[in-house]
Amino acid sequence: MSDKISTRMGDGERVSMSASELKEEILAGTEDAAEKGRVPPLTAEELDQLFDIMADPSRMVSVEPGQEVIVTDDGGTMSFYSGQDGGGVGVPLSRLQAILTYERACGADTTSMGHSDYSYKPVKSIVNFELNEYYTASQLTTAPFFYGAQPNMGLYYQPDGPCPNPADLLAEGDIDGAMKTQEEAAEHLRRDLGFVVRKLDTMGCEGINFDTSGSAGDADYLAALQAVRDIKSELPHLPIILGAAGEFVLGMHGSVEFDGKRLAGMYPHEQVEVAEAAGADIAGVAVNTNTNKSVAWNLARAATFIKAASAASGIPVHANVGMGVGGVPMMEQPPIDSVSRVSKTLVQLGKADGL
Amino acid sequence: MGMHVAHIMTSGMGGLRTAGDLVAWMQMTRRMRINEAKAYVAGKLGIDILDLTDEETMRQRREDLGLGLVTSVSGSPKGIRAKMKIAELLGIRINSVELFRSQIGFPG
Repeated sequence: MSDKISTRMGDGERVSMSASELKEEILAGTEDAAEKGRVPPLTAEELDQLFDIMADPSRMVSVEPGQEVIVTDDGGTMSFYSGQDGGGVGVPLSRLQAILTYERACGADTTSMGHSDYSYKPVKSIVNFELNEYYTASQLTTAPFFYGAQPNMGLYYQPDGPCPNPADLLAEGDIDGAMKTQEEAAEHLRRDLGFVVRKLDTMGCEGINFDTSGSAGDADYLAALQAVRDIKSELPHLPIILGAAGEFVLGMHGSVEFDGKRLAGMYPHEQVEVAEAAGADIAGVAVNTNTNKSVAWNLARAATFIKAASAASGIPVHANVGMGVGGVPMMEQPPIDSVSRVSKTLVQLGKADGL
Repeated sequence: MGMHVAHIMTSGMGGLRTAGDLVAWMQMTRRMRINEAKAYVAGKLGIDILDLTDEETMRQRREDLGLGLVTSVSGSPKGIRAKMKIAELLGIRINSVELFRSQIGFPG
């Protein structure tokens, strides 16, 4: 009988490791997160627990009874009817059928709908169509029903949007112009987020998801934070999830601040604090998966960041665990063995309130 | 799609099968962390926290309280009617319920 432990790389490739090799990967992962995020590494006891989870010979693992958490989604219902590029399985279901199937056949804690583009900007021009769909579905769903999309500030740059593209300006050496155009795009985004959400509120929207905030950098993240604050001051009854795009806020601008705090370079334990201050009800945190490293390394790293974020937060923290984040391998069909180990670890060691 | 189901099976509370939706409402509307939300819902239901994810306990409790069932029982509360009961039980505001109440002239 082999003493090797079957595990995977961050791209999903199956590999085998000895127990000592697996422990080295776990230790290196937590140390990397601790160094980069300036947060405490996992304790010796937690390292042992993570080793046990990774070395468990079962194909799937699960949390212990009583430790279950809430599972929210980022367009999960769209995966029923969309295609490969959306991680979808292409079943010819309507949006309503997919929403109800997810709620009732899959036992989901919450459900959601979103526009196929999954960005708020394209929703603006068809928002009345979305209101009709949302209203109809909300009469039939029982579980909390979110409307989700990404802020996606990149859509406000030329040639897709009105603002000069900062990538072009940077290439010309126009740093001030690149910063200014990001600030301009952020204002457009902030207004559009508010416009769509206020419309949804009139139709009895139960919850909003600003998913993958900061994908175009710190100004994108700023716009999302400002929009949350705008909306919550006007509509305090409307729950909002503010999900982050990555493990640190990209400094595409570099100098934008929220409540006097520079956003560029913020790690999850800092992101949850500004999300809470803005008025978000749930903070989503994402830790990038490195495809050249093992799942053990990636998961130890993710658990370290998530644990620090959970400790720093006064609101529920949901760990992003889709393909390529949280230690989940970066591939379109993430293996169930790895997904279940990520799920269990980020709940039991990361102390996430949800996924 | 497979990921969602895997996470639900590994770590999820079970949605309408158990009390997952009820605990989720408390995270959303009161910003409760997971343990606080579970304790709150268990208190409202008059059950132990461990029973929140016990299908055998929650099936009957949901039926008794009209909170909606995962299987389709003709004539039993589901959708907006179940959410009216949930909002009342948990003492929370659910926007879709508020809109529906305003449309039917329901004062409560």
